[in-house]
Amino acid sequence: MATLSELPLRWQLFVRTYRWRKIDPVPWTPLAKPLSECRAALVTSAGFSLADQPPFDESIRGGDFSFRAIPSDTDVTRLANSQRSEAFDHRGMLEDPNLAFPLDRLRELVARGRLGSLATANLSFMGSITAPGRLVQQTAPEAAAILVQDQVDIALLVPV
Amino acid sequence: MCNQAVSLVSAELERRSIATVVIQLLKYVAVRVRPPRALVVPFPHGYPLDSPGDPSRQHRVIEAMLRMLEDPSLTPPALVEYDS
Repeated sequence: MATLSELPLRWQLFVRTYRWRKIDPVPWTPLAKPLSECRAALVTSAGFSLADQPPFDESIRGGDFSFRAIPSDTDVTRLANSQRSEAFDHRGMLEDPNLAFPLDRLRELVARGRLGSLATANLSFMGSITAPGRLVQQTAPEAAAILVQDQVDIALLVPV
Repeated sequence: MCNQAVSLVSAELERRSIATVVIQLLKYVAVRVRPPRALVVPFPHGYPLDSPGDPSRQHRVIEAMLRMLEDPSLTPPALVEYDS
């Protein structure tokens, strides 16, 4: 179970003492049309990248706040991964990237008509960001602009 | 930290009129960061969609996310616990 007690002791202490960034006010966009007409994007924090993209950089103090755009026709089995966090078990998502970046599942939902279409590109961050200021001020707005320009209606976001 | 990162991105997307749902693996973090729509799942860290190589179980989690988007009764911050 995903509980604090599941984590190694030093991570439990970190979670309890870290000053979490509170979203306030909480923005809200209601669903404007049926999902079968919506354009959907995936956002993961699993640190996936394409083979020809630079890997995420663990050495950046406070965490690598950049992101990679992953086209919706990508074969997920060919994704590279540079997430090195010791806070979780990586084996599942390396065995099946859909566990943290379910692109195959979303393509199936479009084929069934549950979703209208997929974004041109989906977004991959590396979630080990302890200092999220540059994420909030810089890269999250850049990422949002890409999806807005692509006329995305909904996004599903998956941490690890 | 992954839980916070996707939540902060989701807030930016909502501000730009994109409706979002984030998976959260730690309720402790979700209630403090307050993403607009959070599906809290009972799976181990590293396993946000339940099981590798099991499309049907992964679809169940995604469907729960989609139902949150369709639920007009939810108000921000909306937190739903996944019933596995």
